Amino acid sequence: MIAVVDYRAGNLTSVKKALDHLGADAIVTRDPEVVAQAGKIILPGVGHFSATAILEETGLRTAILRRIEKGVPFLGVCVGMQWMFESSAEAPGTPGLGLFAGACGRFPQSVKSPHVGWNSLTCHEGSRLLRGIPLDSFVYFTHSYSAPVVNSTVARCEYGGEFSAAVEQGNVFGVQFHPEKSGALGLKLLENFCGLRC
Amino acid sequence: MLTKRIIACLDVTAGRVVKGVQFEQLRDAGDPAELAAAYGQAGADEVVLLDISATHEKRTTLIETVRKTARQLFIPFTVGGGIRSLDDAIAVFEAGADKISINSAALADPSLITSIAERYGSQAVIVAIDAKRINGEARFEAHVSGGRNPTGRDAVTWAREAEERGAGEILLTSMDRDGTGAGFDCDLTCACSEALHIPVIASGGGGDTESFVEVFQHGKADAALAASIFHFGLHSVGDLKRELQSAGIPVRWPC
Repeated sequence: MIAVVDYRAGNLTSVKKALDHLGADAIVTRDPEVVAQAGKIILPGVGHFSATAILEETGLRTAILRRIEKGVPFLGVCVGMQWMFESSAEAPGTPGLGLFAGACGRFPQSVKSPHVGWNSLTCHEGSRLLRGIPLDSFVYFTHSYSAPVVNSTVARCEYGGEFSAAVEQGNVFGVQFHPEKSGALGLKLLENFCGLRC
Repeated sequence: MLTKRIIACLDVTAGRVVKGVQFEQLRDAGDPAELAAAYGQAGADEVVLLDISATHEKRTTLIETVRKTARQLFIPFTVGGGIRSLDDAIAVFEAGADKISINSAALADPSLITSIAERYGSQAVIVAIDAKRINGEARFEAHVSGGRNPTGRDAVTWAREAEERGAGEILLTSMDRDGTGAGFDCDLTCACSEALHIPVIASGGGGDTESFVEVFQHGKADAALAASIFHFGLHSVGDLKRELQSAGIPVRWPC
């Protein structure tokens, strides 16, 4: 069972709808007990980084971390991926999980913000999440903050500078773009995640 | 590289897609869910569904149409028309919309922009502006209620205020060009795009490939929206994108 974590931010229906379309056994939950039983976890996200504070207050953060330590595959989407870094300039008082080093920052004034639309990826080979996805694919982004390029970056994107479009390390995965809104390629990525064995 | 978006618009009334000319003379153009899925397959970058009857009949957007349309659509999906409150917006998001578009209600109560943006993020809030030239000059007045009522507000000034209040994008329709295929109003689009720091979607007047090239190059649009030329088979989305690519406009093609 895939737990799609509901933290009362943004719109979860599109992620759930995509998983349903793929025939995956997914449930939307805000219950740490359900997360503690999950075989895979997805943390979707559209919205403000400060919304992740509720994960701490509700015990979801601890439940998610325990499952990650057990090797359960975890996928953070958009703000869900940003939360995997140490912090974000969007909400300096709200700590991230710190799975990846660095802080998320705002786009420079030289480009329009939010970064909205289909941008091309520069993918590294060998990613399990991006298997079968062409190295220069277009995917859909919508965000005002972005994560730095780190050792675990498996896809980069360029917009007012380079940022991490996808990160991957062991059983933890993150994507800044929206696979549930990126057409057939996005569905392929979600299918890859659903098929992971860790 | 961030590409220029081609957005297919479905104007819906009573559960059917219709299209008019300069906001009148409606013709039936099909089933919203079927058309949206077909446009997604054909390479449209986004789909917008506007309930054009909603504002003047004071009906809420057809939630069931939204739900059916969202079900098989895996590209961004915007819904507008008749959203007058945060509760209206919540209902549309819960039915599967990724973004909402507000027009008359935002002008009547600009704080609505902020309250929706605080809950769903600015990226989920599009402020739609229906603009008409004043005396043929390069000045534009915002209209509401499906273009029926002038507001006395300068369209670009209003767009700037909408950005400050939390809008993530502006959907800018030229009432003079709507449904004519005579080309986008590049003066209007450029004035707005240069005044703002958020993306501007040009709408109204899209016709041949050259009209799209112009609105991206001279109008500085981030996206272009069209309806009639796709519904009535004058242009397939795929053909348009291939031709734009040949003309040097960055687009997502092949999809």
